[in-house]
Parts: sequence; C-alpha cells; structure tokens
Amino acid sequence: MPDVLADVFRREAGRCTATLIRVLGDIDLAEDAVAEAFAIAAEKWPTQGVPPNPGAWITTTARNRAIDRLRRESTRTDRHVAALRLESDDMPPDPNPELAAVDDFVDVVADDQLRLMFLCCHPALAADAQVALTLRLLGGLDTPEIARAFLVAEPTLAQRIVRAKRKLRDNHAPYRIPRPAELPDRLHAVLVAIYLIYTEGHTATTGDSLTRVDLSREAIRLGRVLTELMPDEPEAVGLLALTLLTEARRPARTAADGSMIRLADQDRTQWDRPLITEGHTLVRACLRRDQPGPFQIQAAIAAVHADAATAAATDWSQIVALYDQLHALRPHAVTALNRAVALGELRGAAAGLDALDSLDVSLLEDYQPYHAARADLLARAGRREATAAYDRAIELTANPTERRFLERQRNEVADRT
Amino acid sequence: MPVSIRAVAFVEVMTKETVTMPQYLLSVCFDEDYDDVDLSTPENQAQMARTAELTAEMERAGAWVFLAGLRPASSATVVRADGGDVSMTDGPYAETKEQMGGFWVIEAPDLDAALEWAAKASTACERPIEVRPVHA
Repeated sequence: MPDVLADVFRREAGRCTATLIRVLGDIDLAEDAVAEAFAIAAEKWPTQGVPPNPGAWITTTARNRAIDRLRRESTRTDRHVAALRLESDDMPPDPNPELAAVDDFVDVVADDQLRLMFLCCHPALAADAQVALTLRLLGGLDTPEIARAFLVAEPTLAQRIVRAKRKLRDNHAPYRIPRPAELPDRLHAVLVAIYLIYTEGHTATTGDSLTRVDLSREAIRLGRVLTELMPDEPEAVGLLALTLLTEARRPARTAADGSMIRLADQDRTQWDRPLITEGHTLVRACLRRDQPGPFQIQAAIAAVHADAATAAATDWSQIVALYDQLHALRPHAVTALNRAVALGELRGAAAGLDALDSLDVSLLEDYQPYHAARADLLARAGRREATAAYDRAIELTANPTERRFLERQRNEVADRT
Repeated sequence: MPVSIRAVAFVEVMTKETVTMPQYLLSVCFDEDYDDVDLSTPENQAQMARTAELTAEMERAGAWVFLAGLRPASSATVVRADGGDVSMTDGPYAETKEQMGGFWVIEAPDLDAALEWAAKASTACERPIEVRPVHA
C-alpha cells in the first residue's frame, strides 16, 4: 500500500494541487488541503481499497477538507467568502467523494496543470524560484528533497519558495493560460525551467554522483504533461525530444567505477533504444511542421548523434549546419562554442581551434565546457598549451566525477609531452 | 475573467459593484540625478508628450489613479521623529544614485495587466519601471 500511495502521489499531487489552487484561490491553502487528503488516503485505502480514480478522490477529499477548515476558521472575512464560493461553485460538496462525478473534473484538471505551470514560471519570478516552485507544486517534491537536489541549504530553499509564493499572492498574479500574444515568451519560460530541471539532474553541479535521476525523470514527466496539454506547440515537443534523446545515453555515460565516459567513447549498444525511437519520432514530427525553434534544433542535433552507430559515423556536417541554424535563430556564445567543437570533428582540431579563437572569449572565460573543449582540441592538435587549458577546466569543475575524468585526460597529455 | 491568486475570494465572489481592483505603483527609475535636465530639448519634449499620452490612455481604460513627477532627489529632506525629538537631514533617504523620478498609481485586474502598463510606461519614458503592488 505505501507503494501505491507513493505512486499516486507522484502522478497526482501536482494535478490535485493545480485544481485546488483554482478552487481556493490560494497556494498555501491548496497545498495544505492536498497534504491532508493524502494523509486520509493513507488511513483509509489500506482497509477500504484504492478508489477507481485516485486523483479525483484526492482532489474531492482535499476540497471537502478545505471547506471544513474554512468554516472552522472563518473568523477572517476573506476565508468566509472563500467558503461560500466553494459551496456555490460548479462542484457541489460531495459527502461521498468516491461517488463524485469524475469525468468533467478530469478535463478541468488538465487546464489547471497548465495554469500552474505558467504561474510557477511567471517572468516576475527569478529563474531559481521558478524551478523550485515548479518542483514543489507540480512535482510534489518537498523542500528537503529540492534543497538536496540543488545542494542549497534547506532554510535558503524554504525561504525562496515562501518568498515566491508571497510575491505571486501580493501581486495578484493571474491563474490562467496566457493569451496567444503572450504565449511564445511565457511558454519559453516554462520550457527553460523544465530544461534547467533536466540538466541539473543530468549533470549535477556538485555531489558525488554524475546524475540525479529523479530530477531528470521529473523533467521528462513535466515535458510529457506539457506536450499532452499543448500538442501544437513545436518547441514543447522539441524540448521533450531533446530530453528523451539525452536521457537515452544515460546508461553509457558512466563506467562501473562511476567515472564519466565522453560521447565519443560511449558503448552505443547501451543507449536506450525505446527512448531514441520516441525522440526520433518527435523530431520528425517537428521537421514536418517546419516551425524551427531552439529546442527543436537542439533535439535534431541529439537525433543526429543518436543516428550514428559509432562516433566515427557521426554526420558532423549536418551537426555544424544545425548549430549554424541555431546560432542564426538565437546567437549565443555557448552555441558558437559547440559549433567550433563540431567543426573540429568535421575538419580537424586545427579548424576547431581557429573557430574557438575567433569567439568572444570574455563571455566564456569562466565557462568550464569552453576550457574543457579547448583543452581537448589543443591535445588533439599536439599543442603543449593543452595541460594549462585542462588545469583551468579542472579548476572550474565542481562535479568530482567530471573532475577525475579531466585529470586523467590532463595526465595523459602531460605524459606525452 | 481570470482568477488571480488571493484576489479570487473578493473578485469572483463579491458582486461586481463592490469589486475592489488591486492597485500597483509604477515608479520611473532614474540612475542619475536629473538636476540639470533641460526639459526644453526636442527629445525631452517628445518624451513628455509620450508620457502624457500614456496617462490619457490609462484614464480612458479606467486604470489611472494618480501620478506625480518628482523634483530631483537632491531636493529631498528626511525627517525623523524619535520620541519628542524631530531631526532633519538634507538629501534623500536612500544613499544611491538610483532614485525614483516619478510614478503612477494604477488599478489593474491582475499582475499581468499591470506589467503590460509598465511595459508601455517604460517605452514612453525610456527608463526602467518598477512595479509594486499596493497593500490591499
């Protein structure tokens, strides 16, 4: 039973919270009500069995509990008014939540999840607050879990979440899906937050394990929810494809001793085929739609890698062309860096170094991948500055697994020269 | 009508005639003292005309509550009452060169509507606009 409950919690907590926020008009009330409903479930389900639609059961129970509580605590006018609203709402209180009509309910829930995504990623919130709030409200992660995932002190993270919720409340942030005119920017913020959650899970900034699988899984789950709710948004599909294709390489990314394996050296038979197939299907759907965006292009690049049976078989000319397209769409120092690396594969290390040297280094001075890529190209070109570049990259690496990898590379070069 | 966090109980439930819309302070951020600004230059004249036009638009939309352009921060005096003693110091309270140069108070149904006005205000003034909710 605890497993069933944990499973329902993972799947439904975000959805229930999303609906309760709409019904109650308050994030904290909604969170408390959902938590209470899960506590009741933990008590009742082992003896009474799991209801046929657990999510609707939780939502209805949470709503009924919230009404009770609002009545009890209706000393404050606004809460009293909220209780009145609940009773006069489209969902009359149901003494038997198990019998609640679930169908209409579920439709509404889908929209609520979208509303909540846009609320959590409101541009008035800082990126770290958007990510924390998304994980908390939509992912159902508790504060200690999120704090651990991002290696932030728990009080700091708790404060971040409290402040974000208070800002949304004080500012009367609307609980709605953005209008078409605002949608591109607002959707981009949601996609970036999901992508940040994914990358944090993919390469943890610090900590002794290279991956933090839970965060990556949660990001993929959120990406799936988003594409189900907005199937006509090619960038949402692109983001999901990108995360799936990157995730497919996970089994090959680390050796048995936990050390990191580069893309070029990975055993590609270990790549997750079903994930690649799903990712490829999504990329093809994006290509057919022909409304390219940054996430779709990055997904296409990941798809080219996934297509190659060996590293040597990689179609680097296509990858360079895709980076060109990405850079034309959204110029960025990191894109230029990746293009230079791809060029180094296509035309040799010297060409790659030429491309690197033409970049505006001021933006990349403290960027670890820049120094790691430069060190690699220098080493391949047989240049002795490679060791110094490795040293700089190692200095900038917080992840111990990745640092060990770079140290090994540096020592090999040092032995050679 | 979109529901908004916390406002829902009032906005949606209470009848239309008693609805109180949230108010926001939109302040115009100056990052230099503007003592010596020559208001007669064509650029400044055009900017003031744009600002006046935006205020008129706010009025037409029923969003406008109040506005004021402020004399430079250097003209400020800070007064402190401590028990029976009242002291005064010359100059603004915040010791930074960034100061509020003027402000609007507007009514808007929610944050996003307020942010839209702020974007228009920033375009008109060619300066950053800080948006702060007014305590209900």
